[in-house]
Amino acid sequence: MTATITPPAGPVQRGAEATYDYLDQRLGLSALLKTNVRKIFPDHWSFMLGEIALYSFIVVLLTGTFLTFFYKPSVTEIIYDGSYLPLRGIPMSEAYASTLNISFDIRGGLLMRQIHHWAALFFVAAISVHMFRVFFTGAFRKPREFNWLIGVSLLVLALLAGFAGYSLPDDLLSGTGLRIAAGIMQSIPVVGTWLVFLAFEGEFPGTAFIPRLYTIHVLLVPGLILALITAHLILVFYQKHTQYPGKGRTNTNVVGYPLLPVYVAKAGGFFFIVFGVLTLISALVTINPIWLYGPYMPDQVTAGSQPDWYIGFLEGALRMMPAWELLIFGYPISLNVLVPALILPGLIFTLIALYPFIEAWVTGDRREHHLLDRPRNAATRTALGVMGLTFYVVLFINGGNDVIATTFDLSINSITWAMRILLILGPWAAFVVTKRICLGLQRRDRDLLLHGRETGRILRLPSGEFVEVHEPVSEERAAILMARQDVRPLPLPPATDADGVRTPGLWHRRVRSRLSQWWYRDDIPAVTPAELAAAQSHIRHELAAAESMGVLPHEPELSEALSRH
Amino acid sequence: MTGRTLRRQPWAAPALLLLTLIGVGALVAAIDAGTQPATASGAPSQTQVAKGSALFAEGCASCHGPAGEGTTDGPSLIGVGAASVDFQVTTGRMPLAAPNVQAMRKPPSYDREETLALAAYVAALGPGPAIPSGSVVDEWRDASVAKGGELFRVNCAQCHNFAGRGGALSDGRYAPSLMSSTPLEIYEAMLTGPQSMPVFADTSLPPESKAEIIAYIENLKQEPNPGGLDLGRFGPVTEGLFLWTAGMGALVAAAIWIGARVR
Amino acid sequence: MSPTSDSSDRSAGGFGGYDPQSTGEIDSDVRGEILRQAGREPVTRAAQPLTAYGPQPAAGMTHYVRQTDIDPRAARRAERQVSIMFGLSALATVGFMIAYVVLPADSLVALPFFGRTSASNLALGLSLGLAIFLIGAGAIHWAKKLMPDVELSQERHPMLPDEQTRADALGQVVEGGLESGITRRPLLRRTLLAAMALLPLPAIVMLRDLGPAPKGELFRTMWSDGRRILADITYQPLRPEDIPVGAMVSAVPEGIVEVTHETGTLNERAKAPVVLVRMAPEDIRSQQGQGWDYQGILAYSKICTHVGCPIALYQQRTKHLLCPCHQSTFDLADSGVPIFGPAARRLPQLAISVDSEGYLVALGDFAEPVGPTIWERE
Repeated sequence: MTATITPPAGPVQRGAEATYDYLDQRLGLSALLKTNVRKIFPDHWSFMLGEIALYSFIVVLLTGTFLTFFYKPSVTEIIYDGSYLPLRGIPMSEAYASTLNISFDIRGGLLMRQIHHWAALFFVAAISVHMFRVFFTGAFRKPREFNWLIGVSLLVLALLAGFAGYSLPDDLLSGTGLRIAAGIMQSIPVVGTWLVFLAFEGEFPGTAFIPRLYTIHVLLVPGLILALITAHLILVFYQKHTQYPGKGRTNTNVVGYPLLPVYVAKAGGFFFIVFGVLTLISALVTINPIWLYGPYMPDQVTAGSQPDWYIGFLEGALRMMPAWELLIFGYPISLNVLVPALILPGLIFTLIALYPFIEAWVTGDRREHHLLDRPRNAATRTALGVMGLTFYVVLFINGGNDVIATTFDLSINSITWAMRILLILGPWAAFVVTKRICLGLQRRDRDLLLHGRETGRILRLPSGEFVEVHEPVSEERAAILMARQDVRPLPLPPATDADGVRTPGLWHRRVRSRLSQWWYRDDIPAVTPAELAAAQSHIRHELAAAESMGVLPHEPELSEALSRH
Repeated sequence: MTGRTLRRQPWAAPALLLLTLIGVGALVAAIDAGTQPATASGAPSQTQVAKGSALFAEGCASCHGPAGEGTTDGPSLIGVGAASVDFQVTTGRMPLAAPNVQAMRKPPSYDREETLALAAYVAALGPGPAIPSGSVVDEWRDASVAKGGELFRVNCAQCHNFAGRGGALSDGRYAPSLMSSTPLEIYEAMLTGPQSMPVFADTSLPPESKAEIIAYIENLKQEPNPGGLDLGRFGPVTEGLFLWTAGMGALVAAAIWIGARVR
Repeated sequence: MSPTSDSSDRSAGGFGGYDPQSTGEIDSDVRGEILRQAGREPVTRAAQPLTAYGPQPAAGMTHYVRQTDIDPRAARRAERQVSIMFGLSALATVGFMIAYVVLPADSLVALPFFGRTSASNLALGLSLGLAIFLIGAGAIHWAKKLMPDVELSQERHPMLPDEQTRADALGQVVEGGLESGITRRPLLRRTLLAAMALLPLPAIVMLRDLGPAPKGELFRTMWSDGRRILADITYQPLRPEDIPVGAMVSAVPEGIVEVTHETGTLNERAKAPVVLVRMAPEDIRSQQGQGWDYQGILAYSKICTHVGCPIALYQQRTKHLLCPCHQSTFDLADSGVPIFGPAARRLPQLAISVDSEGYLVALGDFAEPVGPTIWERE
């Protein structure tokens, strides 16, 4: 060994060095560590939303593994004789009985079940919030389009994993969910009946589906999720994290704290926080009390049959859809099922997945973006995002229309009608309002830069005029406000070139140019550095005048700082 | 429940968008308080009928007609039986406070003696289900809770929800929560089918099955929540609300703490 | 994207648009020291090396001095707080193990606000939750208070490598490709593509035996002429006089329990159940067949025609049947037609009568398939 190189080292240090040396000779560790161990990550709370998703998933894996030791994926009928008295002597599937067993007879079993289920809900919630952060800050832009696609795939897989897990206990609620899934499958034109017979090995419910779903739930989907999360993180690492604009932050640097020690402690610590909070919630708040639902029987149902929250938008869509069914040559096309349950989610997820490419096409922006947009600075995108969010929320609310009806003493029918109307009008209203708000904020930013901050001090000029004393915004603030750039929309292509030859792809380029102009149309002009310099000099004059008349700005330091320039 | 005062108007529906976000607490606490009338029965005496007749003329006849034959404002009471009157009056649903989609549970307007007199009078109008005797109602104490659960899930849960917390019906009607209903009231409701509820006659749902159902509901009332707070036993909707408020709130707060600058 | 446009982008020096360096920096030497002593005032750092290794502090960044940086007592206090959190976590872990041994799974405890809840779940969850949470909270507190909080800066490089690297890489790819001969030997290329295109097919073909071919099971239920109608769960046969006007009975065909046991599936239960309701004959505006009722007793499928939920929210005043899943509403007084919600088809009606002993029986199977859409239903 090479311990002789460092003579006075203690045993711990010697051991550590020996280990490092051993690994370095076999793995070339130093080359890897040199560039990565102090890798810089920018610090912002919104960058941790994705971490919540990651950690929830790890918690789901850990607790799920424990559950597999006791859960029996079988619908073989048995008579329950466990310790939960209100169900004793009732025929039920082994799947349901084993879930009761986990809940009532295995110490810590209920806790693990509840952590597992809460963590699954948090997983999807955190993915959604994380994606909204990425969307509204434009973090999906070049070069991160692939990571956006991976993220969308993860969201879809998370929904799938969640729904499969929801269906496994074979309680009344989960069985009703499967019944609906089978009904949707059956409504698919041409192949519907076959799909059901293949999936369920015959008619619904059969005996095959729960064991099959189990394999999908514990092996296939989590395997895919794990692989995609790995790819997602590798790309984040390799492409380096985006950062918000600010003093000292540019598109060509990344400013923040090093992985070792700060992020090892902060991100590592956050895993424990997430796990801890999930465990505490599971100690205190019931989730999915399957013992109250009873075993699944296809002819029983409960009021308020609901899916978990992330399927709520589909439930809402199904509830909202008018009863449209076509008969074409005697064959039924069940729009009332196909549109809300298959076409709509298909469209939504395709649109989400393609969004980065659509926006890049419209704006013609081919540049790399590592500085995030402030949502107001991308007014059209932000408005589109809120538009989509509104659409989703209306569907989601209608998914709980029965609970809302009883809680607020409203009529289900009126709620459904109101939501049908809102679904069509709400998003447009949201678009217009959001865009106006963004433009207002842009205008305010411009005013702040050019006219400074209002101090609330009134000054009477020698002419008798009253003016309010303004201070220039701080350098840090100015750096953030100046982050916006004017972008010129794509020009309309000429119909013919100089030789009178028709421009190739004219129609396509015209559409694109029109869209591009619509995209940027209302943006408030950004402040140029020259404008800023002129404005600041003006503000300084005003301040000097104010000072000479005995009115002081808020912070003497600031004027001191300014006077040095 | 705060929403009780809201009007059932179509225009009120959009407001729920906001209310949903605000009203998490209301969901959890959505159980009506009610008084527990003592069970009593016995053969109606002539004086009882006479007293009931007087009370009826004073408090009921305006809607149900002077002889209980019904008007445009209220259905005929001939043949509804004493059980129906007892249920409607002890739960305060009758007399109606104001015309509404559905009569709501409220403190009763008549005491036990007056209620029985009214019941005796209406029973005398035409044959109908009698108030079940105390001993019949009390059979639930020895009945099978598990069997009751099965019957409950097939006959009751579709409207009253898996935990008897109630649920929505069409056009603003609702199946009420059963958590403050007494065994006698539940029995009478099954027997008479008040308002939207269908009748579960003793012939198709025998008294021992009714006892089992009551046993299950009584068990639900005092059933512990091994997992912690029950969030109102409404199923995934309140779980989702908890997740998006307290749950994500806590984790986002933690993230903000981690990202906040230290002084 | 063409390489030329990108290189011109790069020469423009990034896309932040605004270079904060151009506004100048506040000199930090003397004033910074004063402020540092005053504590917790912003200091703008010049780019001076922090350590000998790795990324260096960002130039021109505003830095806030922490109490723990200037006050050793504050640092010691933070250290103590972190250690206490770690110590409490260890205690909570021990507590978890004690709770695991001491508390049986079915132990209950009554608490205000919670009501009665599982003592085991509560104790295990709280102890485990705290044990985990406190490690995280301690680590983060440590990072925030005691680890350096000077922001460091690292250069980013455009994703697109420089021209030489690209040329080299592309050259190698092209060379390798040419060496394989795939461009020069079209036969090889085409046969490989064809073989690869076919290869996934077995994976699809093998799914065929996931289930049997449909043989009209969805069009049949076990109802047949003369089969008695039993009340569900109690499995008692029903007589017409058992069902008063306004009543609803969830009912199943006689023999359903046996069929369930024989087949080991709940398949019949997913299509055969009916709701029996009775209304005054004059209230029945229409039904699906002449005389399919029996003295005002009607039997309709309990399986919703939308996506198959059991539908039994019968409102006897309006004679409407409401589905709790998606709120399809059917009018049982009018042939079971849908009047609200997403369901487009009426609920199939079962023709009923009584047998020689006076019990209600079916007169045959449903005339149309029950439940959700079936493609082959015509």
